[in-house]
Amino acid sequence: MLKINGIHKTFNPGTAIENVVLRDVTLALRPGDYVTVIGGNGAGKSTLLNSVAGAFFVDAGSIVIDGTDVTKLPEHKRALFLGRVFQDPMTGTATNMSIAENLALAYRRGQPRTLRWGITHKERDMYRVLLKTLELGLENRLSAKVGLLSGGQRQALTLLMATLKEPKVLLLDEHTAALDPKTAATVLKISDKLIGENSLTTMMVTHNMKDAIAYGNRLIMMSAGRIVLDISGEDKKKLTVEDLIAKFNVASGEDFADDQSLLS
Amino acid sequence: MHYLYLLQGAVSLGLLWAVMTIGVYITYRILDIADLSVEGTLATGAALCARLITEGCNPYLATVAALLAGCLGGLVTGIFHTKLKIPAILSGILTMIACYSVNIRIMWNKANVSLLKLDTVYTLFERLGLSARNAVILLAILFIIAICFVLYWFFGTELGSAIRATGNNHSMARAQGINTNRMLMLGLVISNGLVGLSGALIAQNQSFADAGMGTGSIVIGLASVIIGEVLFGTKSFRRTLLSLTLGAVLYRIIIAFVLELGMPASDLKLFTAITVALALTLPMLRARLPRKSTVSPDPKGGGPDA
Repeated sequence: MLKINGIHKTFNPGTAIENVVLRDVTLALRPGDYVTVIGGNGAGKSTLLNSVAGAFFVDAGSIVIDGTDVTKLPEHKRALFLGRVFQDPMTGTATNMSIAENLALAYRRGQPRTLRWGITHKERDMYRVLLKTLELGLENRLSAKVGLLSGGQRQALTLLMATLKEPKVLLLDEHTAALDPKTAATVLKISDKLIGENSLTTMMVTHNMKDAIAYGNRLIMMSAGRIVLDISGEDKKKLTVEDLIAKFNVASGEDFADDQSLLS
Repeated sequence: MHYLYLLQGAVSLGLLWAVMTIGVYITYRILDIADLSVEGTLATGAALCARLITEGCNPYLATVAALLAGCLGGLVTGIFHTKLKIPAILSGILTMIACYSVNIRIMWNKANVSLLKLDTVYTLFERLGLSARNAVILLAILFIIAICFVLYWFFGTELGSAIRATGNNHSMARAQGINTNRMLMLGLVISNGLVGLSGALIAQNQSFADAGMGTGSIVIGLASVIIGEVLFGTKSFRRTLLSLTLGAVLYRIIIAFVLELGMPASDLKLFTAITVALALTLPMLRARLPRKSTVSPDPKGGGPDA
């Protein structure tokens, strides 16, 4: 479903702040794969997701989504294939527009925008039904501006928007990192439900090792722009946080103690 | 009688500038860009319209041509900004400066063109028996109604929603497959089209086009937007469009009033700048003042539009 072939990315090449963020990354996802991505700060997790999303072009290598080479496609054209949820709850929604309008924008993802009415009555009914499944009471606030929602509500709405038109690949970029633990758990549960119901091919970046182990059928660990660990199936089920830290230390040759605070 | 006459003049002028104000609103509020190209395109609309009318063109066609010229100016700013990656403010300034030379060329290398004794869009209404000022007021109202109707429809369509989303949040818009560059360009084209149209209507009203008539117009437009929003509300888009029109009219009434009180006309721009600066600080001042209002904002409703 997603094939990443030997991609490289360097930010600010040829300057004093040159930064190699991806080094020959290769990864293939089968349909329905749910991969969690972990790694320390600056390991290249978000850069990997953003290079798939098209936030920038990679320096070398190729990215193929469902048989289409998207390496040279601009971000808005790749959107046809992708559902995205960002770390910052402000990024995924248009705050001055209503819940229904945001959903309507997402419902037309990848389609040319015409002079037809931006949202139909039929859609509103559909959105009400879908919002109800989030169990956040948003179904009664269809006309409320998204700016009035809490961070957790926004992330849940963004998830719904990302999966409204079934994406080929769903990209979750630390989408619970900015939320309090309880809300984060709720949003993760909603994510898991939506992914399971639609068998979505998913990449989820997380800082939380427990979540990385608990969710998904495959786990990759990144360090200094490379994938240093790739575990799936039964091996992943047996994984513990302690294993992961040990493996991290071996793979990267660094002490992971600094990041242990993030395990809670 | 004297005051009534003054008021009438202020209202007619305000209505003509309301067309421009709506254009400024589209960039300043919907696209979230302060677009200075309007200073150029306002005069371009006026210059082209004056030239065409002088050459014997039908005034209505000349007015439409002015609108299209404005659109072209907006397109140039859009290309500067999205294709050449020049910051929005600077893109607008470049268009503004370029327009100045173009406008003089349009007017046979002169700084102004007179329309005295020539037929304008208002003449037809005068022939129906209306006074010159009433003709302007009637025609301006008809134009504004038509513009509001079209904009209300347009910003409700898929395309219009995509423009609003772009102005609101670029990342979100692109993630939904919206070509944000194209939307910015389209918004600038529509905005400057309205500004060009406004320039043509103003020129025909004052019976001349002048190369310098756009100078300071962005500030007048912003003043009208802010006065309208603060005093008349932004509860819905429909309400906002009405507020913008009333804001532009009220601005002209205020100006007429201070001139009547004896302020020299050359101080007008200073006065406007101070008004806008004060109006822009208003939200900050409001937040600092202790809350006295008995009406709390409705938590479920639309809330204040940004």
